[in-house]
Amino acid sequence: MNYLPNMIFLLALFIGVGYFINNIKKIKRNILIGKDINRFDNPKERFKNLLFIAFGQSKLVKRPVSGLLHLIVYLGFIIINIEVLEIIFDGLFATHRAFSVLGAFYDFLIGAFEILALLVLVSVIVFWIRRNLKKIKRFWNPEMKGWPKNDANIILYIEVVLMTLFLTMNAADYHLQQSGVSHYAQVGSFPISQYITPIFNSMTDGSVILIERFAWWFHILGILFFLNYLYFSKHLHILLAFPNTYFGKLTIYGKFPNNPNVTNEVKLMMDPNVDPFATPAETNVNTIPEKFGASDVMDLNWVQLLNAYTCTECGRCTSVCPANITGKKLSPRKIMMDTRDRLEEVGKNIDKNGEFIPDGKQLLDHYILKEELWACTTCNACVEACPVSIDPLSIIMDMRQYLVMEQSAAPLLLNGAMTNIENNGAPWPFNQMDRLNWKDE
Amino acid sequence: MSEALKVPTMAEYAAQGKQPEVLFWVGCAGSFDDRAKKITKAFVRILNKAKVDFAVLGTEESCSGDPAKRAGNEFLFQMQAMGNIEVLNAYQVKKIVTACPHCFNTIKNEYPELGGNYEVLHHTQFLKSLLEEGRLKVEGGKFKGKRITFHDPCYIGRANGEYEAPRQLLEKLEVELIEMKRCKSNGLCCGAGGAQMFKEPEAGKKDINMERTEEAIETLPSIIAAACPFCNTMITDGVKGKNKEGDIQIMDIAEMIANAEDL
Repeated sequence: MNYLPNMIFLLALFIGVGYFINNIKKIKRNILIGKDINRFDNPKERFKNLLFIAFGQSKLVKRPVSGLLHLIVYLGFIIINIEVLEIIFDGLFATHRAFSVLGAFYDFLIGAFEILALLVLVSVIVFWIRRNLKKIKRFWNPEMKGWPKNDANIILYIEVVLMTLFLTMNAADYHLQQSGVSHYAQVGSFPISQYITPIFNSMTDGSVILIERFAWWFHILGILFFLNYLYFSKHLHILLAFPNTYFGKLTIYGKFPNNPNVTNEVKLMMDPNVDPFATPAETNVNTIPEKFGASDVMDLNWVQLLNAYTCTECGRCTSVCPANITGKKLSPRKIMMDTRDRLEEVGKNIDKNGEFIPDGKQLLDHYILKEELWACTTCNACVEACPVSIDPLSIIMDMRQYLVMEQSAAPLLLNGAMTNIENNGAPWPFNQMDRLNWKDE
Repeated sequence: MSEALKVPTMAEYAAQGKQPEVLFWVGCAGSFDDRAKKITKAFVRILNKAKVDFAVLGTEESCSGDPAKRAGNEFLFQMQAMGNIEVLNAYQVKKIVTACPHCFNTIKNEYPELGGNYEVLHHTQFLKSLLEEGRLKVEGGKFKGKRITFHDPCYIGRANGEYEAPRQLLEKLEVELIEMKRCKSNGLCCGAGGAQMFKEPEAGKKDINMERTEEAIETLPSIIAAACPFCNTMITDGVKGKNKEGDIQIMDIAEMIANAEDL
């Protein structure tokens, strides 16, 4: 017996899965560059979000057309991947359609896979048309130029190729089953690929076997390639959407976190029993006080970094952002893309140097401009729109905090308003003693 | 406006050893902005009419800190918050109502961690409860059948999930409520939030309030109902920018109710 194909298969599987795991470890390491934040509380509520938002796609279907198309591709992806288990089994043990021992249920499965494959194929083509011919605005924002646009199309092409190979493989198989070629037992049902089968009628059995093998091999190799493509693409969401919805913000949108370091300072200031001239405790002399807000990815928390890897650049956030709609530079999607790009850059720096060596760059200014940050109205439309619980607003707020508290770099008028609040308890220059004058006016 | 407004302060209540049912947090806009002061007065007239036992902090009230926090000045925010909390706690305040969604949000959601725990209501929620308890009666009257659209304030709607209270009040006024394309959880911001009210907008194609006002005008309303003093200002400016101030009024829901009752 010839073991060569099995050895090649094992090797391909080993390399494909191994390289993927290696990159996943890198992603994990990069995400953990972020600061700690407790998102392990309230597991019941978190599981509910995972179930409804990620598995149930509850937020995606709020836009019915793209939501439904996505639902098809998502279900197709998950269900057709059961077939991959059989392919791996066949590949390793030189069997053919090993799961056919399931009998009638196997016929049902293969039939279902085929129908889903066709639906996926159609959906993916519609996706391509929406992106490239209908030119839906959110796919053509400035941040989509170049790689992000190509990336999105490459993913669609890969899906078309994979589905076509899958159906071709089945069609060839079905043809060979009909012709009674040994090794091709009559198993499965082929509601879709039976219509492709006639093209093989004029071919020899040998050629059809070749086509069947070709499709089989390139289908599984294609899947392994796609698996490894994820890391380099926006498509990581197919894995990370699940943890991302689980670790998402549970509190009401309007509640922004209070910085506890500031709380301690303010409490000291307001405590009449504190001696203002006391020398600070000896132990604190050498600790560098933590910086306020964020100017780089290390200042963000790990959930925000997970958010960045999860973002699939669909642009629903940007399409509802009041600042973006009215032509301002701010795009919540770009905030996420920039965060990921910078995080990748920091990760490569660590790969090369063993630890992060300052490279004279940071997230602020080199990726995200002040002008973008100051355009935000904190309206939470982006947070509401994200189908996978990404929170771009939290990053904007952390960076504003850095600008104001570390750099005093607020826009001039805003500085005036804040001075007024400090001096007279209102953003406008009115005396606090006049606060009740309206009563008698 | 037949009789003078009755606006007791917490200090007066405390001097008599009394506690009001609710504290009315007026907010900076409600205290100082000419347009917003009308909303404040309309709300007080309703409170007086419904014989609500309320008080204000008056000169002891200070900025809630919301604009400082959204601008990124966490320090100033917490200074303001803790100062206010000291005053509120000294008066043993339990329940607060405010006509400003920004004060509402920050006092309700961000004060508790800093030691301020109160039941906080937006004035639309409070008015709704007055109606439900039968303390206030509202009839359509002047607004019956009028085409009215409602602009959701971000900090009442998305931020706090309250979409129904203002709409139920409009229903009581028997208006013909025409929703904008972007409403409720999809509502578009007026452009004032996140401390934008106190700065110039960034360069762009147009101002956010114009975008929102255009959408509101598309519903052909006679009144655009608002529930936030800042939204009110932004949309009023928008309507003026479209030269429609003769055709379309911008009214806070509290003003509409006071108006319907001839208060």
